[in-house]
Amino acid sequence: MILAVRDLEKTFGSLVAARNINVAVPALQIVGIIGANGAGKTTFVNMITGHLRPSRGSILFEGRDITGRPSREITRLGISRSFQVAQIFPSLTVFENICAATAIARRSGGILKAALTALHSASIIAEAESAVELFGIGRYRHERAATLPQGVRKLLDIAMAVAGTPRVLLLDEPTSGIAVEEKFGLMDVVMAALRERRVTVMFVEHDMEIVERYAERVFAFYDGTVIADGPPRETLENPRIQELISGPKLKVSAPGAGHA
Amino acid sequence: MRNRERSKMHWRILIGAFAFILLAAAAPALPAWIVSLATIAFANALVVLGLVILWRTGLVPFGQALFYAAGAYTVALLTRYTGIRDVLLLIAPAAVLSGLIAFLTGLLLARYREIFFAMLSLAMSMILYGVLVKTETLGSTDGFNVEAPTYFSYAPHGSGRTLALFWLVLAFSALAAVVVSLYFRSVAGALAVPVRDSEIRLEFLGISVNRLIHLKLVIAGTLAGIGGALAALSIEHVDPNMSYWTTSGGFVFVTILAGAGSVAAAFVGSFLFELVRSIAYDIMPGTWQMVLGAALLITILFLPEGLGSLFARLRRQSKPETIRARSAA
Repeated sequence: MILAVRDLEKTFGSLVAARNINVAVPALQIVGIIGANGAGKTTFVNMITGHLRPSRGSILFEGRDITGRPSREITRLGISRSFQVAQIFPSLTVFENICAATAIARRSGGILKAALTALHSASIIAEAESAVELFGIGRYRHERAATLPQGVRKLLDIAMAVAGTPRVLLLDEPTSGIAVEEKFGLMDVVMAALRERRVTVMFVEHDMEIVERYAERVFAFYDGTVIADGPPRETLENPRIQELISGPKLKVSAPGAGHA
Repeated sequence: MRNRERSKMHWRILIGAFAFILLAAAAPALPAWIVSLATIAFANALVVLGLVILWRTGLVPFGQALFYAAGAYTVALLTRYTGIRDVLLLIAPAAVLSGLIAFLTGLLLARYREIFFAMLSLAMSMILYGVLVKTETLGSTDGFNVEAPTYFSYAPHGSGRTLALFWLVLAFSALAAVVVSLYFRSVAGALAVPVRDSEIRLEFLGISVNRLIHLKLVIAGTLAGIGGALAALSIEHVDPNMSYWTTSGGFVFVTILAGAGSVAAAFVGSFLFELVRSIAYDIMPGTWQMVLGAALLITILFLPEGLGSLFARLRRQSKPETIRARSAA
């Protein structure tokens, strides 16, 4: 198990945002996280990535306890994330964004060392080139990130999250804000790239077609906890999940469901 | 891309080296008032260079005079109470002390942004102002004179003193320009605009934004300390006004004038500022601030990114085809 979560709980005063979460994820699995708004999905992601400190419970990454560590430490250990609203550097070009992400991920030592290492070294540039190719954003290379279409912003955000070759990547709603007809294209690119980089993926998603097509396993969140954990088709056909989360009309999607 | 970057870098080094040699060689032939003006302008440009580093991350300190005065007073006190006269032995402690103060104040300052950062830095500089004004042994409101330094046990006389100091300031300017240029190409230095754009992304890439800003504060503080030390040697006098908020404001003024785009602009901007100020003071002693205000207004209206953007604009006009090729690539 690359990631194991035990009795995880998060409370804000009297509000229970997450409770009693017990899941374990083997390496290279692709997990979809579903749930209505406020069900605790993002709280779960935030606790694993160190953005929120759990009130109780523990998080083990590769057998090591990472509970409550700051996000930048967890990132350096090998868990990375993308954001629902793409967190990129709008003033820089696409290529500069990737170079910056790669340079930060590749640096060793403290801040002083970072002041003595050149940003555009040959190895950083080569690595950034391959990342640009991998995510298919080469034609936007010299455009300022502020001017990018939404789909490319999302891809760039994910490409930056992958710059440090993480072993686990959490994607917070990778297709939110994307036109329906572009969603599958975007997910195809992302999933192919992540498979090539051999990353274990957990993605939060509201679109059940996307979940069914790309996830190997689904965590269904309701009221702060995981009420169902299983293969996508089975989980999404569960009447209780349909009632609480996905809605009754489950459209059985295109052939090849489950494999991207 | 790398080759283009490298050739651009080579050109800058060449132009910088040429300007340095030209200024150093021309100084004996120039009128003394211009040499003195350039001396104080370049000393102040070191402070501006530090502000440019912070400005790029979106931070505007209104208390940089704290480190400027710390550097100046270190030199002044050393000449007053010790036998140390050698320039390097005077400036090195000034740099270390102001860097140390920047490190200590940075522990707090690095956590703040925007107006809160600006006001907190201003408050810290005003504490030093209060201490200097009230302390008799530090010269109180009058301050005190700084004795002439020696250069590796050589003591120049008459006009030689002005020239020697100018060359010294020029050498420090060149050194600072090279160091800061290299810094801007480093991982930590290049992460200035990203700090302004998205701190969350930086943290989740695995780098501490506060530590990054702390480092920038120490570099800027050290530069301001060296600038203050050189200014004290140039003016041959220190007083508490060096730590007053209007002095800090003056540095911010020059930073706006110069813009954050280029290292050279800090020196050109600082020189133009001193030049306009002394000419304006000559022509209209009572209302010279109006001229400076108008100059700033014109800069903001027509060159919102400062004098540095003028260099970039000229470069672009001189070879439009390369730009087109670049955007097509």
